Amino acid sequence: MTARVLVGVKRVIDYAVKIRVKPDNTGVVTDGVKHSMNPFCEIAVEEAVRLKEKKLVQEVVAVSCGPQQVQETIRTALAMGADRGIHVEVSGKDYDSLGPLQVSKILAALAKKEEASLIILGKQAIDDDCNQTGQMTAALLDWPQGTFASELVIEGDKVKVVREIDGGLETIKLNMPVVVTADLRLNTPRYATLPNIMKAKKKKIANMKPGDLGVDMTSRVEVLRVDEPPQRQAGVKVESVEDLVSKLKEAGRI
Amino acid sequence: MLFSKILKSGVGTALRFQSNAVAASARAATAVKGSHGGFSFDLTDQQKEFQEVARKFSREEIIPVAQDYDKSAEYPVPLIRRAWELGLMNAHIPEDCGRSIFNRMKIKLHHICSFVIIIMTQNGVCVYSSWKQISVPVPGGLGLSIFDACLITEELAYGCTGVQTAIEANSLGQMPVILCGNDAQKKKYLGRLTEEPLMCAYCVTEPGAGSDVAGIKTRAEKKGDEYIVNGQKMWITNGGKANWYFLLTRTNPDPKCPASKAFTGFIVDANTPGIQIGRKEMNMGQKCSDTRGITFEDVRIPKENVLIGEGAGFKIAMGAFDRTRPPVAAGATGLAQRALDEATKYALERKTFGRVIADHQAVSFILAEMTMKVELARMAYQRAAWEVDQGRRNTYYASIAKAFAGDIANQVASDAVQIFGGNGFNSEYPVEKLLRDAKIYQIYEGTAQIQRLIIAREHLGKYQQ
Repeated sequence: MTARVLVGVKRVIDYAVKIRVKPDNTGVVTDGVKHSMNPFCEIAVEEAVRLKEKKLVQEVVAVSCGPQQVQETIRTALAMGADRGIHVEVSGKDYDSLGPLQVSKILAALAKKEEASLIILGKQAIDDDCNQTGQMTAALLDWPQGTFASELVIEGDKVKVVREIDGGLETIKLNMPVVVTADLRLNTPRYATLPNIMKAKKKKIANMKPGDLGVDMTSRVEVLRVDEPPQRQAGVKVESVEDLVSKLKEAGRI
Repeated sequence: MLFSKILKSGVGTALRFQSNAVAASARAATAVKGSHGGFSFDLTDQQKEFQEVARKFSREEIIPVAQDYDKSAEYPVPLIRRAWELGLMNAHIPEDCGRSIFNRMKIKLHHICSFVIIIMTQNGVCVYSSWKQISVPVPGGLGLSIFDACLITEELAYGCTGVQTAIEANSLGQMPVILCGNDAQKKKYLGRLTEEPLMCAYCVTEPGAGSDVAGIKTRAEKKGDEYIVNGQKMWITNGGKANWYFLLTRTNPDPKCPASKAFTGFIVDANTPGIQIGRKEMNMGQKCSDTRGITFEDVRIPKENVLIGEGAGFKIAMGAFDRTRPPVAAGATGLAQRALDEATKYALERKTFGRVIADHQAVSFILAEMTMKVELARMAYQRAAWEVDQGRRNTYYASIAKAFAGDIANQVASDAVQIFGGNGFNSEYPVEKLLRDAKIYQIYEGTAQIQRLIIAREHLGKYQQ
């Protein structure tokens, strides 16, 4: 199989960190804060590497958009088993306004350039929770999409995806090339072992700019203000069901 | 068929040559960076990644089961296997200590008509031909620096020092072979450890001689091409689980013979007839680590298993310590850091007199002193590890690091129990285990008192120059 897989990975604030809003309410504090690969992107990389191990795909290419620091994230993908990386340099104002629209344009351009037949992304990033990049990328490429995948099977030139939807599980069959977004139960990502980390240093990361791909980075979205969620108010204990109903009526809830 | 196999392994060698060259240049780059920029506290990206893997393994896989292993005192086989798979064990084994795959194909070679392969190796170009036995090493260990190994050890010790000691005892047992073994010994005994998660042990201490290594009584008598060993060893970590031992014996029975000539170091397979493994000792702490007495009764060791030569044993045994004391200090630091973190977390949750106890200066001062000790212990072991990686003799720093880290680990663990109050004394809370585990750090790998002897000797020696 000459299939090439493109995996998008995003560098986000680590899930264990307590997020703080900047004093000027323009965003969250990122300086000096621990960052790591988005958990859903880890699952996507793991799936791609497993496909390569089963010899269903030939090459796994990890892509990330952002400033110099995203190279760490690409290196983690390489240490997990990706073959090479592509770093699309986006910094400064462009990085602040980078969103699913720009990233999906970049991924679409790269998919054409690299002649990829499969794009696997995390279903959403834990910092913006957009859940849009996969869908937009598929639309721009006019490719079928299998989102919220909890199972992915390649059968010849078709892909069978089991999707986790509100009503349960949905199984669909898609013609390649496809875009798949990974959900939590797709797999458990592996550790990068020490020998793999050392091997990853030899693997290549190509650098390019959005301009090289002909992508317009202007954002259609402007962030006006960022606030912390309101503090949880203390509740009130009631003695009986009648009390509860009357209190709810008082508050105008029923 | 054979040709394509050789070609593949030749390619393997070529790739390994690349990785060796890259690894070597990476190490050189780090060393150059250090010497140009002067003293630096920065970790390289690779060191940070290694630390991340060790930290993740420790927090996610060791900590959840550490209490259970402490209660059952069972040897943590699954954890050791996992650490081996991730490359966290046997970090010191050099990269070229794999085993020759062609040992198994010796017989087939003579069927092939002549061919010649030119293979690029680290040492230059080697030409192998069909009428000579071809040896292509299988990739071996990671060849990490002592500093890298210390970073990993500190993270593992944070999880459980019992598990970490079981893993660390491997490094102690291997060190004489890594430093002083000949090629055949390294390939045979170190190669085994990289192919499967096997353990090894360092057999020096006896029931009657611990600190006084020169007083050991186990004797080895040469008979033809073998040595016959008789004696008893005690407190051997991994004693019951090891595949092979580094054994120190007295080969010269003359009491006037100086220590530097009287002892010999051997590599002994654990299944050699005559080796009786004692019962597992139940210790105060680090309970899951396997510690035993071992009796040698007319054990025959081939002369090929002598390290360096007869009489060189004392130097080998002592030389290993400069490389193994920094990781032990790192382990003690990891334990101290854990005690500090647990105590801090508790101090921010527990309330007395209307405030969290961390607000009371008496408690916050204890935490401050614990923090001072942990930070300084870390700097001490890092300096000791860095010195030996630079190629210098680090005895002075290694002893300071081990002595200090062992002492503060006990103090910090005791303070942590104090901060937990009544809860700290109870086995449902994590700190009493830390206090029990910490004590051994003032005893093994050179007692706190021996360390002071060494430091005084080194210090006064410097002054008298």
